[in-house]
Amino acid sequence: MRHAEVQKRPDAAAALEVDAVSHAYGRKKALDDVTFSIPPACFTVLLGLNGAGKTTLFSLISRLYATQKGSIRIFGHAIDRAPREALRRLGIVFQARTLDLDLSVRQNLAYHASLHGIGAADARRRIQSVLETVEMGGRLHDKVRRLSGGQMRRVEIARALLHQPRLLLLDEATVGLDVQSRASILAFIRELVSTEGISVLWATHLIDEVQREDDVVVLNQGRVTASGQVPDVLTATGTSDIAAAFSQLCRPAVPAEEGSL
Amino acid sequence: MSSRSAHKATVAPPPPLHSRPYGLRNYLICLRGILAREGLRFLHQRERFIASLVRPLVWLFIFAAGFRQVLGVSIVPPYKTYILYEVYITPGLAGMILLFSGMQSSLSMVYDREMGNMRTLLVSPFPRWFLLVSKLLAGVTVSIAQVYVFLAIAWFWGVKPPPLGYLFVLPALFLSGLMLGSLGMLLSSLIKQLENFSGIMNFVIFPMYFASSALYPLWRIQEASPLLYTICRANPFTYVVELIRFAFYGQVEWTSLAVVLGFTAVFLVGAIVAYDPSRGLMTRKQEMGGNA
Repeated sequence: MRHAEVQKRPDAAAALEVDAVSHAYGRKKALDDVTFSIPPACFTVLLGLNGAGKTTLFSLISRLYATQKGSIRIFGHAIDRAPREALRRLGIVFQARTLDLDLSVRQNLAYHASLHGIGAADARRRIQSVLETVEMGGRLHDKVRRLSGGQMRRVEIARALLHQPRLLLLDEATVGLDVQSRASILAFIRELVSTEGISVLWATHLIDEVQREDDVVVLNQGRVTASGQVPDVLTATGTSDIAAAFSQLCRPAVPAEEGSL
Repeated sequence: MSSRSAHKATVAPPPPLHSRPYGLRNYLICLRGILAREGLRFLHQRERFIASLVRPLVWLFIFAAGFRQVLGVSIVPPYKTYILYEVYITPGLAGMILLFSGMQSSLSMVYDREMGNMRTLLVSPFPRWFLLVSKLLAGVTVSIAQVYVFLAIAWFWGVKPPPLGYLFVLPALFLSGLMLGSLGMLLSSLIKQLENFSGIMNFVIFPMYFASSALYPLWRIQEASPLLYTICRANPFTYVVELIRFAFYGQVEWTSLAVVLGFTAVFLVGAIVAYDPSRGLMTRKQEMGGNA
């Protein structure tokens, strides 16, 4: 299956460059020669079934794991050689909840601020500001345990935005949420891209979260099987909608014929 | 320049956070944040706190009360007179609190390295060694608080070292806690079988505690078994106990200090090198067919 090329935007430096990255757990290969890039101020969907390698890729981008092979750059800063500069520009919302349930919203966010070296007075201002941005300004002193799933996600997004990242990674951020909360969070993140110029990599396995104007990177069994803007992927796969394209791109790997996608 | 443009100049937004260099102040903010969070968690986990005190108090109230009738402790430094057995084992019990607490918190740092709090911590832009040391320090601080609560209860039980001893013992507790926490992190990182607390208890905590000078003076052990004496002399926990014991009386046991310092450096460096999040729980889940 041939890889549909991403649309390069030479006028701007890439927010994220993943170049020939491979990763294995023991003998099991989780990522194989993964290459793609994300332009600044762009909403990119990382589409893949469960087990495709999305979480492993996020762990590598966030330096949680050491890069075994290949290179990852965030706004030109290599994550293995200049992790501080790279991570300062990165905000992450993990798939699993990472808020401390016994602490208040403010205490959770203040902890994150300290992990980015932000002083108390500055942190207070930022916390209030980001919570208002995600419409959670009134829940500052509430224990996280008392929040709904959607509200916790909003707090996690606020936390990821606290240090003004230029690239935001969200790993299955809407999993477990009701339809209304999903739509609301997705709309909010899309708005961030247009209003704040933040680049977003949105990992999901839900086709209905992809819009026609999005960039997509399709990951299947650890390999990028397509990347580019949705219409280009549809053209390359000869399909009329993204669901059909995704289904075709995520078939079990078979020996590829030259010329096929 | 018009007044309007002058006004615009004064409200120019501050440079983005990522363009400012990190200084010592930022490192201290990070350390303080990690300490504060550990303190808050400590306050929210009262049950765990009480449970951690029950163990040494049982030793003090029951074991020591019965054992003092069968074991005489002669005058050995730093003691200048005959002492109750409860007084003798108190430094060892303080070490026991540090041992259990250090092992428990280090184990969770290793076992949860891909989960929740550890994940949030590890994606901070500060160097990983700094984050791990800060987390260890936070754990040590909490365990020292537990030791002082234990010592306060022991005071009412008749264990009354010199008042200044409570102050002198603080650096000894701190150093010992750091050594034991680093050891826990190193062992849990290197030995897969130790990635649960019962493994740590059976193969690390109990052997370290019993094969030391925590319960009996070394000369007594030497009389009973030269081999066991050699093992006790090779056990770093023996030096932790003696460092704490002498510190209570405002004295420095230099051999113990050198050994504890040396082991702290070795264990800490080893733990930081051995700590690899990609060997964590999620990886094992994935190897078993979970989400990638």
